[in-house]
Amino acid sequence: MTIDLQRRDFLLRSFSGLTAVWVSAHWPALLSASSHGCRAAQSPASHKFEFFTADEAKEVDAIAARIIPTDETPGARDAGVVYFIDRALATFASDNQKDYREGLPKFQARTHELFPALSRFSEATPEQQDQILHTFDAAQQATDRPQILGAAQGFFDTLRLHTVTAFLLDPDTGGDPTGIGWKLIGRERQHAFQPPFGYYDKDYPGWQPPSGAADKTKS
Amino acid sequence: MMTEQPKYKTSEEVDFVVVGSGAAGGIIAKELSEHGFRVVVLEQGPYLTEADFTHNEVKVLTEDLLTNHPKLQPTTFRKTPDEKAKKQRALVYGRLVGGTSVHFTANFWRFHEIDFVERSKIGPIAGTGLTDWPITYADLEPYYTKVEWEIGVSGLAGASPFDPPRSKPYPMPPLPVKGSGVIFEQAARKLGWHPFPAPMAILSQPRPGRSACMNCGFCLAFGCEVGAKSSSLATAVRMAEKTGRCEIRPNSYVHRIELDGNGKAAGAVYFDEKRNVHLQKAKAVVVCANGAETPRLLLLSANKQFPNGLANSSGLVGKYLMLNSGGISMGVFDEPLNDYKGFAVSRIFHDFYELDAQKVGFYGGGGMDARFDLTPIAFAMGSLPPGTPRWGKEYKAALARNFTRTMEIYGHGTSLPLETNSFSLDPDVKDAWGLPALRLTYKDHPDDIKLSNWLNARGMELLEAAGAKQKWSFPAQEQQFAVHLLGTCRMGNDAKTSVINSDHRTHDVKNLFLCDGSSLVTSGRGQPTMTIEALAFRAADRIRDLANRGEING
Repeated sequence: MTIDLQRRDFLLRSFSGLTAVWVSAHWPALLSASSHGCRAAQSPASHKFEFFTADEAKEVDAIAARIIPTDETPGARDAGVVYFIDRALATFASDNQKDYREGLPKFQARTHELFPALSRFSEATPEQQDQILHTFDAAQQATDRPQILGAAQGFFDTLRLHTVTAFLLDPDTGGDPTGIGWKLIGRERQHAFQPPFGYYDKDYPGWQPPSGAADKTKS
Repeated sequence: MMTEQPKYKTSEEVDFVVVGSGAAGGIIAKELSEHGFRVVVLEQGPYLTEADFTHNEVKVLTEDLLTNHPKLQPTTFRKTPDEKAKKQRALVYGRLVGGTSVHFTANFWRFHEIDFVERSKIGPIAGTGLTDWPITYADLEPYYTKVEWEIGVSGLAGASPFDPPRSKPYPMPPLPVKGSGVIFEQAARKLGWHPFPAPMAILSQPRPGRSACMNCGFCLAFGCEVGAKSSSLATAVRMAEKTGRCEIRPNSYVHRIELDGNGKAAGAVYFDEKRNVHLQKAKAVVVCANGAETPRLLLLSANKQFPNGLANSSGLVGKYLMLNSGGISMGVFDEPLNDYKGFAVSRIFHDFYELDAQKVGFYGGGGMDARFDLTPIAFAMGSLPPGTPRWGKEYKAALARNFTRTMEIYGHGTSLPLETNSFSLDPDVKDAWGLPALRLTYKDHPDDIKLSNWLNARGMELLEAAGAKQKWSFPAQEQQFAVHLLGTCRMGNDAKTSVINSDHRTHDVKNLFLCDGSSLVTSGRGQPTMTIEALAFRAADRIRDLANRGEING
């Protein structure tokens, strides 16, 4: 049965269709990307980006902050997503550089098209920002092949995937070490558990053979 | 203490060279070396160990740490033989010592009696190659038991009224029930079905050198860091090494079986890590490279005597591919299941294993399981209810709410064998070594699609009975991505209609044997690895007997 892996393949295609070979030789770079992100998030003023210009970083950060916004709980900005992506693009995800460098101006062109007074996404109000991002919804629902939909769409889809990845990668094996993402979704941080695991199995009485199990009902 | 490992010279004619170290290759190597033979296992992937495994989703899922690599090994796909195939990722398999058994779900059902004799029971199905196996469930039963005890399967004998006969109980109790299992069990019983604890190739109790499952939650697609998953890496390969007669040679990409002047296999030709070419000489060759790479290797080994591919006088090498049908229904519940904890599956049922075609209007049958097999990023990218926004406050809220409250129901079903469904060599695309790439040709039989939708409807019915707050499913689509790689060098008594005989010996080359998913004649109901491993234990016995009687090279 292949559907589980087809869904996994969605992830594969998202990365390999739009982006780079994430070469395993670059694995240590991923680890350092995360701790980098954490440190930088604590001292943004003094941070030097490796791939992004300061302007690009500001825009990427602003978009990521609408993908997973900060509300009652921390979001992408608090997890230092932009620093993670910067480090990734400078190292193991360098094949993605073009998506950002060429896609961001196209994305900003859409911002300007919608709100002629603005040239940058980061200058828009949160409501305006959401309106801009909504222009990418229809295409996304219509097809699973974002790469044919133009550079702005491709850029947004890549950034969405990278934002989710930076936010939810295992905090102890390369993700945001503060673990904000896992905390949000309720994924406990350790990697060993004992039953009962949740609400439905806590009062399970143990396996009981069904009454009339010998009856081989067939459909 | 580690036994000293032999280093055979390539010029030294060993007793057996085994191509591939996965579910079948590991067991063949273990058995033959335990029987006293000198064995070299050539594995295209690296020799990773538990210390190399990680829960990092980027590394495992997108860098292909454990799997075939789309850049090095591009593939192509087309629906029918009259189309030109286009380049796309068409399959996934484990590419490391231990093969796909390292990263699989470890659902470990036996096939039932019907799977071996279905053609006799229901008659022919026009346009398909549905046929009986040359062996029966009874022939394989002792070997299923062997897998359970030697490799390590947890489960509860007698818990399903549909189970085939067994000679021994499981060696260890089932894994703990998960929330998804409790919900599934209660709802299925309400509907009059017969759920039972899932047999899993995951340890519920420790074994020497292996821990019991720690319920870490990174199972499907990941390697087990504690040896609890009964992969060939954690089991058969280590047992083979213990004999001191088996050399596991990783990073060895076999691309040709060489014949001698008498039409017998002389050994396997492979690239080493630096792409130097070697011929490992052997008295006999056993190919266990999986249902895609085994036929590919035979086709790559075409020569004067076999212009259409080695051992392919039947013309069936690569054909009758079966991927298994099936589908997913998903449900969200009020309270946290925390189903990310643990392994994937804790409850299944087999009530629909044999459906009555007269009643349902199509051929087929299947099993169903309750599971959650999604790691956080994979979940966030594709497993929220349809219509959920893909970004923003609502997206975030859905992630926060659903990750702990979602479960899946999988249906796993039959695929009819069609001659037009195949793996073959792509005429244009080459891999990084300059060899023709794998080309997948596949179009599901309409009955397979009907079955998938029928099973999905049962999954939805079950979620309804369970009181799911939200539930959804996806209509079955024709497959174009292969995971279960079955039937491509089918077993049979007639050399015109099959590739290997019931000893796994190719009809055409006396000292060439094939054993893996390619050997299967029918697809079973979706969980093939247990049967592949039972076949491997049996094949090793047959090969040993032939060798001891001097009938392999005599």
